[in-house]
Amino acid sequence: MVTGALEYLWLVPAFPLLGVVLNGALALFAERPLLLSGAGAGGVAPYRRAVAVLAPAAVGASFAAALLCVASLAARAPDDRLFVRFLFPWIEAGSFKAPASLLLDPLSAVMILVVTGVGFLIHVYSVGYMSHERAFARYFTYLNLFTFSMLVLVLADNYLLMFVGWEGVGLCSYLLIGFWYDRRSAADAGKKAFVVNRVGDFGFLLAMFLAFWTFGSLTYTEVFARAGGMAASGTLTAGLATTITLLMFLGAVGKSAQIPLYVWLPDAMEGPTPVSALIHAATMVTAGVYMVARSGALFLLAPATMTTVAVVGAATAIFAATIGLCQTDIKRVLAYSTVSQLGYMFLACGVGAFTAGIFHLATHAFFKALLFLAAGSVIHALSGEQDLRKMGGLKGRVPVTFVTMAVAALAIAGIPGLSGFFSKDEILWKAFNAPAYGPVLWAVAAATAGITAFYMFRLVFLAFYGPSRMDPGVEKRVHESPWTMTLPLSALAVLSVAGGWVGIPAVLGDAVGVPNLLERWLSPPGAVGAEHHSAALELGLMALSIGIALGGIWLAHRLYRARPETPGAIAARWPALYDAVRNKYYVDELYDRALVRPAVRAAEWLWQMFDARLVDGIVNGAAVLVRAAGERVRRLQGGIVGGYAFSLLLGAVLIVGYIIYRSAG
Amino acid sequence: MTTGSFLLDRHLLSVLIALPAVGAAGVLCLPRERRADIRNASFLVALAEFLVSLLVVARFDPGTAAMQLSESVPWIPRYGIGYIVGVDGISLWLLMLTTFITPIAILSAFSAVERHVKEFMVFMLVLETAMVGVFVAVDLFLFYVFWELVLIPMYFLIGVWGGERRIYAAIKFFLYTFVGSVLMLVAILALFFHHSEAAGFYTTDLMKLYGLAIPLKMQFWLFGAFFLAFAFKVPMFPFHTWLPDAHVEAPTAGSVILAAILLKMGAYGFLRFSVPLFPAAAADFAPMIAALAVVGIVYGALVSMVQKDIKKLVAYSSVSHLGFVMLGLFAFNLQGIEGGILQMVNHGVSTGALFLLVGILYERRHTRLISDFGGLARVVPVFSACFMIVALSSIALPGTNGFVGEFLILLGAFRANAWLTAAAATGVVLAAVYMLWMYQRVMFGEVTHEENRRLPDMNVRELACMLPILLLVFWIGVYPQPFLRRMDATVRAYVARYEAAKQAALSPSAPGETMFTRYFGAGK
Repeated sequence: MVTGALEYLWLVPAFPLLGVVLNGALALFAERPLLLSGAGAGGVAPYRRAVAVLAPAAVGASFAAALLCVASLAARAPDDRLFVRFLFPWIEAGSFKAPASLLLDPLSAVMILVVTGVGFLIHVYSVGYMSHERAFARYFTYLNLFTFSMLVLVLADNYLLMFVGWEGVGLCSYLLIGFWYDRRSAADAGKKAFVVNRVGDFGFLLAMFLAFWTFGSLTYTEVFARAGGMAASGTLTAGLATTITLLMFLGAVGKSAQIPLYVWLPDAMEGPTPVSALIHAATMVTAGVYMVARSGALFLLAPATMTTVAVVGAATAIFAATIGLCQTDIKRVLAYSTVSQLGYMFLACGVGAFTAGIFHLATHAFFKALLFLAAGSVIHALSGEQDLRKMGGLKGRVPVTFVTMAVAALAIAGIPGLSGFFSKDEILWKAFNAPAYGPVLWAVAAATAGITAFYMFRLVFLAFYGPSRMDPGVEKRVHESPWTMTLPLSALAVLSVAGGWVGIPAVLGDAVGVPNLLERWLSPPGAVGAEHHSAALELGLMALSIGIALGGIWLAHRLYRARPETPGAIAARWPALYDAVRNKYYVDELYDRALVRPAVRAAEWLWQMFDARLVDGIVNGAAVLVRAAGERVRRLQGGIVGGYAFSLLLGAVLIVGYIIYRSAG
Repeated sequence: MTTGSFLLDRHLLSVLIALPAVGAAGVLCLPRERRADIRNASFLVALAEFLVSLLVVARFDPGTAAMQLSESVPWIPRYGIGYIVGVDGISLWLLMLTTFITPIAILSAFSAVERHVKEFMVFMLVLETAMVGVFVAVDLFLFYVFWELVLIPMYFLIGVWGGERRIYAAIKFFLYTFVGSVLMLVAILALFFHHSEAAGFYTTDLMKLYGLAIPLKMQFWLFGAFFLAFAFKVPMFPFHTWLPDAHVEAPTAGSVILAAILLKMGAYGFLRFSVPLFPAAAADFAPMIAALAVVGIVYGALVSMVQKDIKKLVAYSSVSHLGFVMLGLFAFNLQGIEGGILQMVNHGVSTGALFLLVGILYERRHTRLISDFGGLARVVPVFSACFMIVALSSIALPGTNGFVGEFLILLGAFRANAWLTAAAATGVVLAAVYMLWMYQRVMFGEVTHEENRRLPDMNVRELACMLPILLLVFWIGVYPQPFLRRMDATVRAYVARYEAAKQAALSPSAPGETMFTRYFGAGK
């Protein structure tokens, strides 16, 4: 039974697509008339119950199908784990062929499990979280559409089809960030996300053009095989490989919010919180990491690109982490944290540790989705309050939320035994062994780990400990969330704890007898590079990073529990630095002044000067002449038809002139 | 065999040319006060035209590059002028676009046009005859007749049913076209006489003229004349300034036809005449045209961004989109040209739809200023959903028609000139900026104007206009093969012929020879 499951791989994206159709129909035909009539804000309309079942069920069914397919793939021999299913020809023109074909291999298997698994939990959570929302069906239509697009992205067997999912998730992100489009800030944020992503897509597009004309195909297997062959024969220069991969990486930088295109992600927090969890933490933003890992064979041919990826990743990791230190909006802290953690994943890819990057992608999906959902539960409990300064003392009031969030915070901080520890430490170790700048990259990543532990526990202490700083009206209504929300929280908490054991590093795993399953799954046997450093060094660095994480937590405790007056004093001591960090280093302002406004001004100028004055000046001048001439002809004919006749006459004169010229010549 | 089936079997293209004109004559006989009948009759004629045109697709053989469903009748034998019509993979979809869009445009005018309904409908139908003629004519003279015939109804549509500055816009439209037409006529006649000198007999049969070897210097001048005629029409930067005025002043149906079909006549002209007749000059002009196309892409997008009138914004976006089309056509490879042709269809569908939507707004509020709207998504959800889909297709989101065309264009153009294509691809970013920014200001936010609070959503007739368009948006976006496959043989042959002719004309090129010395130097 299991072996035949692969034939039904298409069901994995098909279920969410069916969800889009059904929920879309409900949104259009049941919800819209209700909203227009002004009634139906309550949670009782029967269509809402249908949506609440259909939307999570669509993703749940997709998850089940994905499980069966992956099991079926796992049943194959390790070197035979590549399944391609051709669906239909999409674009064909001459030698160019981009089919709609799905590919399941160990890498896409990990991705579809994360996407449908975490996606399912977040759909369930959304049923509770969005229960007061008027546009319930519209929300779930978009959420299903997102899941479908994301599955297309990871299941595509060629870059062009990946690009379909790539821009598709971008569209859903746009629609969901701007879900509450009445708010100017939400609509602005949605647009910003789309446009900044398009800057990245510009790179992705050019990469595809160059790749196609270099390799004659956009299908992964063909591209990598030919790239390898051409590199071996010397026909693929390092410059060409570097250009292709750098352009691809530009796409990844946009989608995965890295320097310099990270600016859209913090603003994306305008969307509903489950959206932030699913799209802007667990899945979509990791698409860039997936793309780089997927193209690993290509990136490895371009050492300069690899170094760029590693450096951009490390720089983004620490840069975003420092911004996270001073944010007061609970979701924005998490947003910068996401940017920072994505930096880790790119750092891993850049040092060639693609497996470690994907490993962190998966564990991050668990604990960051959990952090967002728990934050959402807090926001839900506080009637929409997101400001950490107006929280405090929530520990006993929302116990499930508190416990699960604490677990996630420990996981991201890198406390041993939890998922984040294994994946982050794997990256640190691989970074240390990088061919270029290894110790520097390690130091930056380790410092980031300390900052991460600090800001994470700053958040936990500010929200859950100490005296309440809530508005009295809000405080009265504090309540733990319904089971539809706490159940996904608990499930993700379990994953955040246990999810790391599938990728346990050999140096620890050998001791306790647990193999590194993920590495075996993702890397064909023999391809895993043997490291020449000693186990003692690895364990030593590990201990050091644990110390750094504990130090960060200790410092957070000291500043926000033991001596809550200190942060204010620090801010007062270095006001310029504090303002710079609080204002996100003024990068948004810089982009606005250096790019946005000059472009608008230039456009205004072009339009007013070039179009209106120069070209039309000439045209209108000519028009005056013609009208003057037309006046005379009008006596014969009348109206514009006269002008028309005049044109024919003039034409005839010119023709005769030409004939005379020719016969004379 | 009945007469009807005889006509459809042997003279399908002639039927397509004649049907709207005959319909127009019929409408002309209706009393002018029976406006509903006039509207319905005109729509039915255009609909019938579309249904008949489906036969062309059904009978079209994708396997051959030659003209199909051809008819050839001597017209003025003394000068070798014939009534010759046919379709191939280049004209097929433009013909279909014409018959597809016209009934939609007519339907959209049911309530918008209140004055002189009869004349309006007659002009629309005559216009359709002329447009169909342009795309199926395979005789130079016949083409010219249809080309000119298009101008007259369009001139009146703008000048009579237009907005406040309609006279200015109509004259500007006319002036540009007038200059272009004269130049084209001169070029046609020069070609005609050159052929008679070279071959010893007169002809305007395009297929015969294709075989003519034209001296380089002459190619230069004739290509230049045709270039201006077609570039005005496309319109290419910097000859585009008539377009925003014409669009803003034209009634909705006129804008739809203008954007969807008339602009394509220019690009089609390059494909059908300029390049095959003067391949050497085309090769030499190609970098310049590609550069102008890219300037147009970026310029059109930038200027769109700062427009305050939605219709003007859409008009400038057309400059940008047609820049993509021209870039693809002058890449001279299969991907670029097929992408270019498909993008002509896509632009017709998407931009036509945008003008329809702007028209729907205008009918309700009698303004098109972006600042007069805001928050419409809550008030008119169906309208805003349609607008969103069409806007996304216009900015070439994958899964919609726009992406397939734009991608193939850029893919092909990249091979011809990577740097220019990189510059062109910035248009992909800018398109998102101007379109989404406009969408946001019109649809999102709070309702800022009281009079917008009670706007009615789209009615059944308006939905009937949009649904076929939305269907096509997704069809071409998801499964473009039926469209691409039917272009393939023709475009393949076109590229091969271009390459061969270019080689023959240009080789062996003298050392140090430049475009300038080749055309203006001594000798030749």
